[in-house]
Amino acid sequence: MTNKEKYNQVFMESFSVSSDQLNENLVYQSVPQWDSIGHMGMVAALEEAFDIMMETDDIIDFGSYNKGVELLAKYNVVI
Amino acid sequence: MTLIEDLNNYGPYSLDSVEKNQILGKFLYEIEELHLSKCNDYRNITKDWPFKSSNENSIENLPFIPVRLFKELELLSVDKSEVKKTMMSSGTSGQTPSKIFLDGYTAANQTKVLSKILTSYIGKKRLPMLIIDSSSVLKDRNSFSARGAGILGFSMYGFDVQYVLDEDFNLNIELIQNFLKKHNGESILLFGFTYIVWEYFNNALKKGNTKLNIENGILIHGGGWKKMQDSAVDTITFRKSLFENTGIQKVYNYYGLVEQTGSIFMECEEGYLHSSIYSDIIIRNHQDYSVASIGKEGLVQLVSCLPTSYPGHSILTEDLGTIIGIDDCNCGRKGKYFTISGRIKDAEVRGCSDTIQK
Repeated sequence: MTNKEKYNQVFMESFSVSSDQLNENLVYQSVPQWDSIGHMGMVAALEEAFDIMMETDDIIDFGSYNKGVELLAKYNVVI
Repeated sequence: MTLIEDLNNYGPYSLDSVEKNQILGKFLYEIEELHLSKCNDYRNITKDWPFKSSNENSIENLPFIPVRLFKELELLSVDKSEVKKTMMSSGTSGQTPSKIFLDGYTAANQTKVLSKILTSYIGKKRLPMLIIDSSSVLKDRNSFSARGAGILGFSMYGFDVQYVLDEDFNLNIELIQNFLKKHNGESILLFGFTYIVWEYFNNALKKGNTKLNIENGILIHGGGWKKMQDSAVDTITFRKSLFENTGIQKVYNYYGLVEQTGSIFMECEEGYLHSSIYSDIIIRNHQDYSVASIGKEGLVQLVSCLPTSYPGHSILTEDLGTIIGIDDCNCGRKGKYFTISGRIKDAEVRGCSDTIQK
């Protein structure tokens, strides 16, 4: 699986969304499953998928599907 | 308008009282103006404010409203359509919960400021984490209590987060021991509510005659001392007993209002609570609400620069406290440091962990 595929899969599984919802409109609290509990689940899934550990400030900043791509680059994960 | 980001240029405990009154004071009066212009109820309540001691714009001269008002009125400084999240205080049966309306801006600032304060204690790196509670508090994700919200907020500072109590509040010692083996040599973050930590962790270990060795542990706990004071447990007893049963040496209590989530007051190594650059505390005399001198017990007023979607920036609580000193605590943190001694008579039981219903 490419990094992009892995990234997308985490979002689809964590937030029960379909692939056509994976765009700039997918932001924190825009879908029911992306609440504070869903957020921590998504972070844990990304960390496992890419074998990284994010800093707390980045977890807080991770406000959207697009923002996540930018943040993961800090951990040498190129989506 | 000042922004939280402007304060973030300073360390959370780096400003002395003169600098703080200038920088935080200016910010607070901007927020005061905002609430006066946006919230009719707030404007009416604070009209003809009688307690001003002089004309200067000092933090002490800000109007303050009683914490109970958030139960009686729906206080908002934004349009209801902008409210992203409504927080309810942990009202038990028979008590009306207070309602706090958060827009995206206030909610985001709460998280950022909590992070500034906490990481100054535990560092930026996330730590393996044990939560002294049951995961069942988060079972219903659409409506979890202040306890659940607190746990979620703090769990961002950990990884491999494990809950050590089962649904019936039994301590899972095997889970803890395996966890400690797995993270041998690492710092361990522990979080829980004061009464739950005391009763279901510390006392459960003591009863079972089990000693843990969490010498690299950092325990953060909060949520009310009422029940603890009823059983005559103070900070020193709490720390001592925990050390004996778990080896944890770093124990930090935090204090704050759900109305001012984020800008919490953290305990220091000396056992005193500290105000950060985002908040302040003023002790007022019962008789006339004048400012009490250092060392004198009185009513606690709490000030925070976080609430912008509701007028909760200056609140008179029902707690009693004493300022111990300003800018000169032995721990090195600047700002006021203080103790909380209890609650005025007939006040409601109100803490997150005090309202535990089993």
